[in-house]
Amino acid sequence: MKELTVISGKGGTGKTSLVASFAALGRSTVIADCDVDAADLHLVTDPRTVECHSFTGGKEGRIDPALCNGCGTCADLCRFGAISPGGAPKALTAERCTIDPFACEGCGVCAHFCESGAIELVEPVQGEWFFSETRLGPMVHARLGIAAENSGKLVSLIRNRARQIAEERRLDLIIVDGSPGIGCPVIASITACDLVVAVTEPTLSGLHDLERVAELTAHFGIPLIVAINKFDLNETIAGELEEWCAEKEITVAGRVPYSSDFTAAMIASESVVEFTESPASTAIKKLWNAIEEALRNGER
Amino acid sequence: MKIAVASGKGGTGKTTIALNLALCLADKARLAHKARLADTLHPVTYVDCDVEEPNGHIFLKPKIEITETDSVPVPKVDEAACTACGECSRICQFSAIVCLGSAAMTFPELCKGCGGCFMVCHDGALTEAKRAVGKIEKGSSGPLGFLHGKLRVGEAMSPPLIRRLKAEIPTIPASTTIPKEGIVILDAPPGTSCPVVETVRDADFVLLVTEPTPFGLNDLELAVAMVRLLRVPFAVGVNRAGSGDDRVERYCRKEDIPILFELDDDRRISTAYSRGELLISALPEYRGLFDRLGSRILEMVS
Repeated sequence: MKELTVISGKGGTGKTSLVASFAALGRSTVIADCDVDAADLHLVTDPRTVECHSFTGGKEGRIDPALCNGCGTCADLCRFGAISPGGAPKALTAERCTIDPFACEGCGVCAHFCESGAIELVEPVQGEWFFSETRLGPMVHARLGIAAENSGKLVSLIRNRARQIAEERRLDLIIVDGSPGIGCPVIASITACDLVVAVTEPTLSGLHDLERVAELTAHFGIPLIVAINKFDLNETIAGELEEWCAEKEITVAGRVPYSSDFTAAMIASESVVEFTESPASTAIKKLWNAIEEALRNGER
Repeated sequence: MKIAVASGKGGTGKTTIALNLALCLADKARLAHKARLADTLHPVTYVDCDVEEPNGHIFLKPKIEITETDSVPVPKVDEAACTACGECSRICQFSAIVCLGSAAMTFPELCKGCGGCFMVCHDGALTEAKRAVGKIEKGSSGPLGFLHGKLRVGEAMSPPLIRRLKAEIPTIPASTTIPKEGIVILDAPPGTSCPVVETVRDADFVLLVTEPTPFGLNDLELAVAMVRLLRVPFAVGVNRAGSGDDRVERYCRKEDIPILFELDDDRRISTAYSRGELLISALPEYRGLFDRLGSRILEMVS
């Protein structure tokens, strides 16, 4: 069983639309939507949810106002500026301290040093995750709570469940839809996977962001291939992208033209390859063949 | 005054909107203060908070004046002094310091820098080392102040760098037409989780940029829920208008959210973007849209 992760660095390059098409083209796949704070894949796969779990990703300090004497020790010790001593600084004793949950990192320093024992660490629910059946195969996906933290943990959880399902059902491939960027959820979605496909576009921003993605996959020693979406938007920069890839010995697995099919398919709740037979659709099929080959070759 | 440009979905045009809005506001502020404003004083600052993939600099080509490395303090164990009492590993919620055998061992990549281990160590066995999280660069581009951060590749946590970046925002003297700390345009990362929250939570206004598609609407709904939770005033802007359907418009009408602009689905805009050209320079006919947008936002905030 292999695991393929699709990321992009820059947002909006067409990652999710391509993942839906790959899932439609792959014969024996599990889909894992790991773009947990802006998950969209479910909009085109029409999932029928079989399991729903709540996600408790991390801790958060809570102050019991009945026990707090307002001494302000917690606020002094908090390195994240998450605690207000409450009221005017000189009137501390009469006020209660409060924790801003959006700034709290859940380190527990406040709870440890609170003399009145007024602070405890709680584990709030920070999202939900699901196992669903879809016409494109089983799918594991999630909804991170609004403004929640620990997206990396949720990504790992989704990947683990997807792996379990692939083993139980003897499916060959997990396709992971990753997040934009290079931070915590992206790192969690690529570590120890077999191949990363970076979807980019021929813009200076796309090139710049691809460079950082390539640095990231190299840092973790994960094989990388590139797909250029909207390649005809600027053929000069598309050429520069290809030259850059050649220099770095990164395979360009395919080129997909700029096409309104992407939006039209999305509105029809379908993947591009299911929705239409068009140049874009043909190019995606070709791209998929190249990715399958790279997976078979265990390309490094 | 801080105005954040955010989106939920990536690639909706946040950076394009933030840059052109910032430039139009800066030109206006300069005109109003022609006589009194020194060239080195920037009433409007563009801050690229998308530290994982910052792109604003590609368009602004800023003159960088100051570069600083940002780091979080992490523990380093003096094995000779450590008695392996285990206090540090008990307070650490992130498994960044564990105690097995004769001395504590650290995993600096997991450390959030809360300082708990230092506070509980009775042996004086911990000294402060640093884990670099990234770089901050400060400078200017024409009439605009410029500030961005670059997360070190391999570093997982961007909020500390964003926090530091925002602390570096310069202050400028108050005047009647420029709000006290000048106007700051925060270009947010995509998504709705901690890096975005860190960017927008103390903003005076958030402009949510979306596109008229199912993905655009789904992620807009998430972003709206986020700004409502943070209690920051907000409005929506629609990019690539005409490329999809009217679902975003219907949603905004139902939720009573003002739509402040609609930018056409004009292939020339994408082409200018691909070359790293500023929209208002490449296609000056769009300047009016950003002038109006700036005025609308300033009106809404005050």
